[in-house]
Amino acid sequence: MPVATKLDALPSEPGVFDKDEAALREAFLAEVDRIPGGERLRRCIQCGTCTGSCPVSYAMDLMPREVMALFRAGDIESILRSRTIWVCASCYQCTTRCPSKIRVTDLLYALKRVAVDRRIFPRKFPVYVLSEAFVDQVKKYGRNHEMGLLRDYFLKTGPMRLLGRMGMAWALWRKGRLAWRPRRIRGLQELRRMIARAEEFDRPPETEPPARLTAEVGYRAIG
Amino acid sequence: MAYSYYPGCSLHSTGIAYDKSIRATFKALGEELKELDDWNCCGATAYMSVKETVACVISARNLALAERTGLDLVAPCSACFTVLNKTRSFVRELPAFRRNVEQCLQEAGLRCRFETRVRHPLDVLMNDIGFSRIAQGKVRDLAGLRVACYYGCQIVRPERAVLEDPEVPMALDDLVACLGATPVDYPPKVRCCGGMLVATFEEVARRLCDELITRARDDDADCIVTTCPMCHANLELLQLRNKTNGRAAAPMPILYFTQLVGLALGCSEEEVGLNHNLFPLRYELSPVGEVRHEE
Repeated sequence: MPVATKLDALPSEPGVFDKDEAALREAFLAEVDRIPGGERLRRCIQCGTCTGSCPVSYAMDLMPREVMALFRAGDIESILRSRTIWVCASCYQCTTRCPSKIRVTDLLYALKRVAVDRRIFPRKFPVYVLSEAFVDQVKKYGRNHEMGLLRDYFLKTGPMRLLGRMGMAWALWRKGRLAWRPRRIRGLQELRRMIARAEEFDRPPETEPPARLTAEVGYRAIG
Repeated sequence: MAYSYYPGCSLHSTGIAYDKSIRATFKALGEELKELDDWNCCGATAYMSVKETVACVISARNLALAERTGLDLVAPCSACFTVLNKTRSFVRELPAFRRNVEQCLQEAGLRCRFETRVRHPLDVLMNDIGFSRIAQGKVRDLAGLRVACYYGCQIVRPERAVLEDPEVPMALDDLVACLGATPVDYPPKVRCCGGMLVATFEEVARRLCDELITRARDDDADCIVTTCPMCHANLELLQLRNKTNGRAAAPMPILYFTQLVGLALGCSEEEVGLNHNLFPLRYELSPVGEVRHEE
């Protein structure tokens, strides 16, 4: 499937990047440093085992193998604009089978974090909204209140989709599996202090404001 | 033996049957499960997508609380199991990261050596209790029940719940066999169910789950057993729409493996939370007391 990349526009000298690409690479490589064995990324031999093992590769625009190749070719920005990192189900099949023992799944998580920090997303892609709604739940209660999470997620990405899920909600409610009230942990204040301290460590390397803002949130079926 | 018990957010809502059945099973086996006091959310896959240190820190709080109990921590949810173990591995392998995490824990007055083992109940049943003890404790016959054993992803990779081949594990199959039921041949036993994609890209999760259900039907399975509340929810909920699409096949019942173990050990249907499953098991449960011990 042809995917728009910057490869044709890259400068002819290897290792020379435009300002945006350089900033994104720096942010990504800082994340890679914090994954044990993350640097094995450079050992990729492009065998394609990751793509072949991935159960959702059919729904991706860039294959996992192509993600490794594009990064090394100097185009991380196109990876962040693709839907690949967001379709990853985190099943770790690629990581288990990679002959170079590259932590593919964890690298995709790192790419997600860079994308979230810089607000670079594909158009009409709500996945990061779910992750951010999850974070809200944890900060509010210390535990994830499933109903609150899904309500917030669907309200922000398309209330009509919530209506479509009423059948599922009803089935769960009938069987006594919906917890209506969230439970707050006693140590919530301490947890919040811990989170605030940890966020200082996770601040992205640059303090420049994000270059792009994606305001479009919605949904388009892909599979 | 006593264990610390980390249910995780799911087991208090959609996965309530897993919580009930694991408690019933451990009680029937004479083992103690003590719920970890004031545990917090492990962060699951979502938090790691946003912040790495924070994700590990909130997970580490649970490890610190568990360390105080001095007991192994049992985490039934595969995602919680993976995240807690992943935090433990990251911290132990990256000294600079460890220092950061420890500083954050100090904000709550907590310390942690990250030595407490985080275990899956399948590991406890297999290695601490032993399948033969479970077989001897059988008081209800499950002969004739054909079971597709679905491990899912996160108890075989990246962290292994039991030391087995992550491509073709057999621990759950062996457990089901020792209960007297018949584990069917189930090739997609470690293939992903889609996980959180059920919320974000339902059509992708549906395609994955459709295959899992079809393959179970191919071998005349009466049910699929799972080890994870996410897999359980996906396999059940994504069959719901199938009914209205007019497909002829009856829905495939999805059970937690601890529900089957509990039933075999004499627990009642209510005790293992069978009433919470969407699709009832179409298998006549024999009364307690009638069992033929084979072999």
